[in-house]
Amino acid sequence: MQLTVWTYEGPPHVGAMRIAAALTDVHYVLHAPQGDTYADLLFTMIERRDSRPPVTYTTFEARDLGGDTADLFKTAARESYERFRPAALLVGASCTAELIQDDPGGLAQTLGLPVPVVPLELPSYQRKELWGASETFYRLVRTLSAPARTEEAAPRAEAARRPTCNLLGPTALGFRHRDDVIEVTRLLDRLGIDVAVVAPQGASAADIARLGEADFNVVLYPEIARQAAAWLARAHGQPTVEVPPIGVGATRDFVRAVAAVAGVDPAPVLDAEAGSRLPWYARSVDSTYLTGKRVFVFGDATHAVAAARIARDELGFTVVGLGTYVREFAREVRAAAAEHGIEALITDDYLEVEARIAELQPELVLGSQMERHIAKRLGVPCAVISAPVHVQDFPARYAPQMGFEGANVIFDTWVHPLMMGLEEHLLGMFRDDPEFGDGRRPSHLAAVEPTDHAPAAAAVAPAPLPGAPGWSPEAEQELRKIPFFVRGKARRNTESFARDAGLTFITVETLYDAKAHFGR
Amino acid sequence: MSALPALPGDGCDAPVLRERGQREVFCGLTGILWLHRRIRDAFFLVVGSRTCAHLLQSAAGVMIFAEPRFATAIIEERDLAGLADLDEELDRVVGRLIERRPDIRLLFLVGSCPSEVIKLDLGRAASRLSTNFGHRPRVLSYSGSGIETTFTAGEDACLAALVPDMPAAAPDTAPRLLVAGSLADVVEDQFRRLFADLGIPVDVLPGRSGADLPAVGPATRLLLAQPYLGETARRLEARGARRLAAPFPLGAEGTTAWLAAAARAFSVPAARFEAVVTPGRDRARAAVARHRATLAGRSVFFFPDSQLEVPLARVLHSELGMTLTEVGTPYLHRAHLDADLRLLPGDVRLSEGQDVDRQLDRCRRDRPDLVVCGLGLANPLEAEGFATKWSIETVFTPIQGYEQAGDLAELFARPLNRRDRLEV
Repeated sequence: MQLTVWTYEGPPHVGAMRIAAALTDVHYVLHAPQGDTYADLLFTMIERRDSRPPVTYTTFEARDLGGDTADLFKTAARESYERFRPAALLVGASCTAELIQDDPGGLAQTLGLPVPVVPLELPSYQRKELWGASETFYRLVRTLSAPARTEEAAPRAEAARRPTCNLLGPTALGFRHRDDVIEVTRLLDRLGIDVAVVAPQGASAADIARLGEADFNVVLYPEIARQAAAWLARAHGQPTVEVPPIGVGATRDFVRAVAAVAGVDPAPVLDAEAGSRLPWYARSVDSTYLTGKRVFVFGDATHAVAAARIARDELGFTVVGLGTYVREFAREVRAAAAEHGIEALITDDYLEVEARIAELQPELVLGSQMERHIAKRLGVPCAVISAPVHVQDFPARYAPQMGFEGANVIFDTWVHPLMMGLEEHLLGMFRDDPEFGDGRRPSHLAAVEPTDHAPAAAAVAPAPLPGAPGWSPEAEQELRKIPFFVRGKARRNTESFARDAGLTFITVETLYDAKAHFGR
Repeated sequence: MSALPALPGDGCDAPVLRERGQREVFCGLTGILWLHRRIRDAFFLVVGSRTCAHLLQSAAGVMIFAEPRFATAIIEERDLAGLADLDEELDRVVGRLIERRPDIRLLFLVGSCPSEVIKLDLGRAASRLSTNFGHRPRVLSYSGSGIETTFTAGEDACLAALVPDMPAAAPDTAPRLLVAGSLADVVEDQFRRLFADLGIPVDVLPGRSGADLPAVGPATRLLLAQPYLGETARRLEARGARRLAAPFPLGAEGTTAWLAAAARAFSVPAARFEAVVTPGRDRARAAVARHRATLAGRSVFFFPDSQLEVPLARVLHSELGMTLTEVGTPYLHRAHLDADLRLLPGDVRLSEGQDVDRQLDRCRRDRPDLVVCGLGLANPLEAEGFATKWSIETVFTPIQGYEQAGDLAELFARPLNRRDRLEV
């Protein structure tokens, strides 16, 4: 039993819903009690979808248990086929129905429906949303994808034809999936590569059936599509490119990888003037103030690993924490963390993430909406880089994370919460002016509500350590001259320096000794 | 007391359409979202699955609290191996929780679909834990599972669990009024002032502290503030409380009739009643009237959600002049809703339970001017051209009483006003 306050992922059947809702003509019959319909509002409210997710809940009640829940399932499956006429039917159980063991797959087979039925076994008490999405997509591809046809081999060999690939992984409720697909499609087009099928987002059952016809597969989101792509590689001999193009470096890697597989020249895209503005913006002098800013990164594995690379290599930050809530991808994140010389945080315990952020005192948090709340409470700037999603993660404007335009979006999104370079300089100059009280926040952070700050801060602020050294009035006065947003760190560093040095009293000298000791 | 106002009405005997099929409603766990804010020293621990935790998080919308006073003990694969193990696990989780939150004085173990299906006896676990902790906190249990409760029925189950703990009122005690059902603090305070001016001694359930429960006995006069408290009322009545028949305190007239029911039971002179309620009633009538122009003559369709549908339909019909097409409710408690049902037109289509696809078909045929529905249906219906009002707002927004009557009317007028404004 796990005590959970907030959760990063829903149950696995919500992952299956994300696949079903992404497809155009597939319906999902879910053996579930009435309350499970809450999941519909994730799609209709967060993503502002204009239609209900294609899911029928059997809605069994306590009085049905031990009686006719199996009949209830069959009726729901039959009626939803008749009403919605899907091209394929997904069938499965939510957590409660898993316990009553009605076997939705077997029951659906007995109905003799004239469309493919894909039974889903999603163990709710072991697995979570992303695993459920991956498994559902894999099962669907396995069932629907037609066997390789030999006559298809001929057109593939045609020299005049542009190479084709499938884009795999975008789903409903995905973090910026909508715009990533557009950006990556444009990028591929400039390389002379056509996109055959995007799946599951926007694909029909017939599209899934022709996945095997493309020359290769591009996995945009490995958490969702790696498993399906691996099967396609085995069944159809299609190579896989799994280099999520998030950030300038990763996009260039992606271009080289697809060019190699497709047999095209990457140079026109790599050398083009119309790349990202990020490299120049990062080199321009205002960005000097970004140097060595301590960032904490947490999210799904793909976005977290990509963000850490951008943070260090493309913005000049120092990555002080890196982690993911996706245990299935712990290995990848551990490897990336090792590259940054830190230990990965692999957890789905929100309180543990909060404790780590409080302990590391980063200057910027790159995380999900969950970390945005933590950062808000701790008064640390934050940018959102990953699901779990929020209505804000579906902006009206075009805002991809992938490709060169994605890198532009990332530069703006990450840098705007921070102090502008010149602004930071002026803050230092004017800090003693009466207009500039310590209690005032930078104008661009005005939206930060100080109201729920106090109790939360009390809960996470490090308690005064026993035997903490005392401060002389002069040292306290000097400390106050340090800008407030780094003062907490200066105080902590000085105290820890004094403790290590065996000092019980902090003077102005100690303060500057500590500064020299920790100075970067 | 014949001079005290009573609402007229010849009753609505329309047949009820009972349906069975897919329901588009929350389960009773959702009640935790307002109950934990209401009872400030209580903690709600759901014993359930990741789905339960995800529901609470999604329904809460935003996570404004570092550590809210609710959480989920998620049952995992290894827990399902054997039940003895589950008890120990529960003890461990509760122990950890109480260690973190020593301020908690009342802990609810809340049953879920999975805990009900595996027949985890939370009642027994609660009394064991309560004894172990020396009743600090006191541990109680109720079920908010979707196989037994629909949305607001979770509050009914919670309050019903409190009833056995309420002290017995002394036999010779003077009558006291007990107002049952969660109300926003601001509404409760308004009602307390009105009852004080009427000279009626009043208690509320739930109060702001779970540790201080009001007494109950034959001198208790029960006035329901919410229409979904079937089991709570039954248990209070079993302990001697006498329920006062009244419409629910929504709208200017509903609030007056609700207060009048209490005034009658406590023999408040008619003149005093008039003097006390007139200022509020006049303000409410004026506030409601401002929205009549927008709403009168327009038709409304209710999808089932909170059990508030019948009283809300009554306000929209009798105070705002709207036409009712279908009034759907998850559960129709005829006795508690009697006074409201009397004020509905005889030809209204009442439906109980749900088959959402069939109900959507009826809604599309009716082409109402306004649809009251849950969040899962609102945007899809808007995309089809319907104006919608999220029913959940009628649960989370203070709408009861005189001072909120205008806000209540505005909730329904807003979607129509908005459509008039937009030129895109």
